[in-house]
Amino acid sequence: MKYLPLIWKNLWRRKIRTIFTLACIFIAFLLFGLLMTIRAAFSLGVEIAGMDRLMLIHKISLIMPLPVSYQARIATVPGVTAVTHNSWFGGVYQNPSNFFARIAIEPQAYFAIYPEFRLPPEQMKAWLADRQGAVAGRDLANRFGWKIGDRIPIRADIWKPKSGDGETWEFNLVGIYEGDKLVDKTNFFFRYDYFDENRQFGQGQVGWYVVKIGDPSRSVEMAQTFDNMFANSAAETKTTTEKGFIDSFAKQIGDIGAIMVAILIAVFFTILLVVANTMAQSVRERTSELAVLKTLGFPNARVLILVLAESIFIAFLGGGLGLALAWAIVQNGDPTGGQLPAFVLPNRDLGLGGALMLVLGVLAGALPATQAMRLRITDALRRN
Amino acid sequence: MGALRQVVAVTLLNLRTIPQRLGSSAVGIVGIAGVVVVLVAVLSMAEGFEAVLRDAGSSGRAIVMRSGSTSEMSSGLLGSDVDVIKQAPGIRQDGRTSLTSAELFVIIDVPKKSTGTPANVPLRGIEPTSFAVHDQASMVDGRMLQFGTNEVVVGQAASRQFAGLNVGDDIRSGEVTWKVVGIFESDGSVAETEIWCDARTLQGAFRRGNSYQSVLARLDSAQSFDAFKDWLTANPQVKVSVQRESEYYASQSQTLTTLIRTVGFAIAALMAIGAIFGAILTMYTAVATRAREIATLRALGFNAGAVLVSILAESLALAALGGLAGGAAAYLGFNGYQTSTMNFQTFSQVAFAFRVTPSLLALGLVWSLAMGLIGGLLPAVRAARLPISKALREL
Repeated sequence: MKYLPLIWKNLWRRKIRTIFTLACIFIAFLLFGLLMTIRAAFSLGVEIAGMDRLMLIHKISLIMPLPVSYQARIATVPGVTAVTHNSWFGGVYQNPSNFFARIAIEPQAYFAIYPEFRLPPEQMKAWLADRQGAVAGRDLANRFGWKIGDRIPIRADIWKPKSGDGETWEFNLVGIYEGDKLVDKTNFFFRYDYFDENRQFGQGQVGWYVVKIGDPSRSVEMAQTFDNMFANSAAETKTTTEKGFIDSFAKQIGDIGAIMVAILIAVFFTILLVVANTMAQSVRERTSELAVLKTLGFPNARVLILVLAESIFIAFLGGGLGLALAWAIVQNGDPTGGQLPAFVLPNRDLGLGGALMLVLGVLAGALPATQAMRLRITDALRRN
Repeated sequence: MGALRQVVAVTLLNLRTIPQRLGSSAVGIVGIAGVVVVLVAVLSMAEGFEAVLRDAGSSGRAIVMRSGSTSEMSSGLLGSDVDVIKQAPGIRQDGRTSLTSAELFVIIDVPKKSTGTPANVPLRGIEPTSFAVHDQASMVDGRMLQFGTNEVVVGQAASRQFAGLNVGDDIRSGEVTWKVVGIFESDGSVAETEIWCDARTLQGAFRRGNSYQSVLARLDSAQSFDAFKDWLTANPQVKVSVQRESEYYASQSQTLTTLIRTVGFAIAALMAIGAIFGAILTMYTAVATRAREIATLRALGFNAGAVLVSILAESLALAALGGLAGGAAAYLGFNGYQTSTMNFQTFSQVAFAFRVTPSLLALGLVWSLAMGLIGGLLPAVRAARLPISKALREL
């Protein structure tokens, strides 16, 4: 610790060089923070998917409907604690680019199975009293400036309504659900009973089932039970864990994670070169000083640590500031105005960033530091 | 004249001595090359995705869907609607048949080869006339499917990207087993990601009754579109929307390409700032190590302007080298790289190849030169203002 002033002084002997090196590292870690945020957004909340929830979809494809009668049959299977169904609505709000998920659900059952979506009890009560009621996620409500009591028209594409002009469904916003930072708050939910009664065709059909099971370790076996139960029927099923389902859905978009990692490797390799070059240069310039230190009795190990500490210090200063700015930007909210399901910098990635700073500092300083350590006093003093 | 000769002489001297400063020069070059690789690679992804959908659409064809539908996936037309649509004027005739194709568009689960996880692959139900309507499509392997059976033909991109889609394979999907009898190509367009089967068989398999989702019509000429559209929209028997096929597919690619481009430019711009700092450091190092040399030149009578220009030229040369290296790396590493993604308009997979076009490479070079110019400016000014006597004494 007592060498801190020495390191500090060494750093600022060439101000411009140090500032630009810091700026390089700063940019690298700013990028790291932002790319990790994008990656988290595209992984669509895989990390919070419940292991005790199974998704039951039509075997042929997600777009094929399942009969509503399956609900009662699934509920009789031992080990099932709750079951509910969802139906994808599609539709258009104002114009087609205003995309968000619109799903018909059973309000109470759904919110019981998904405790991470938090809806105040009085809003749930209001919803149960209003067949045309709907609730939106906090991010979605903010995106369009909706308030409770607003009337929200959704133009149908597949499911034309019986009522009104036969084109547009009208919903009353009765609630706004909240959730932790990784929870998707961009959904729009409305009541299945109203939807089913008012659509022009397709009555008695649902999109997919969500089943909550008591013992997550039995998920594979339970999934098999359901699929066997409906085998050879008109609508065969395919059951997976919710995590597996979201995972494979995210994989369909493409390996966003791999692309982000590839870009980051390019960035870090470049920064490593820059910092290593700067360190080598600064050690070269100080050859005679280091020799003097050794003459004064500094052991080799201490000289090594002094140089290494300098490069690690630069890495942490620049990297820390960069990551802090990325964090601040992310706190400021989603620049796309709520189109991404999540816009957060996960804590795990903050930790990873810290580890990367250490690695960067050590790698960049390793060669110059060993050179400094091996320096022979007589050679070094004579060199110039 | 003398000033120009000075500039040329010092610049050449600088360029010739670059190999002696290889280490620090490499840092600048690699930094700039890195930016160019990322910029070109990300934009080539958008370019490739856009091309696949752009090439699918022809202004000589029109697509008819239910009014209010934003994609084939959410459209629905009854058999009786289709009969009306086929009567519309402006459709090209081939003998006594009008060149229209009533189609169903659904997705089925097929595992992706690269990950082994299920992917939504589009399955299109077609009619016997369809290959004459999709006139760019042709068989490349096997044979055409027989209508009235459960035979299918597979686009060559789908066959490459997804497992079990070769001639002779069976695709098990619910109660139906589809037999792959042929592979077709379609000028590299999105149709090549699809599986085509008999629309009537598909109606049965997906319990769609006598319904379709879209009608594709080959027009007499691109000009007959208006007559075709006006007749259909004025017809009280049907409620449909009519679009040129080219416009339909262009609207499908817009969201994703805009997203990729925005993200690509943002990342590259941030990286470029980093690379400029790298270039500044490189050039400062170059100036610092050659301080004595520069001072000697000045003492010999070379003026400050010549020194400034020579440093800028060196920086630009290094940047150009980086730009070329980055462009070459992006081209070799990414051009033609096959991948697939989800088209959110239809929830289905679209296979495409990265396209590193000459204009992208030019863009990369422009960026690299800009980085070199900005990066060289400060060190060049410093070199020009170096106090001669002090620099000569410097170690």
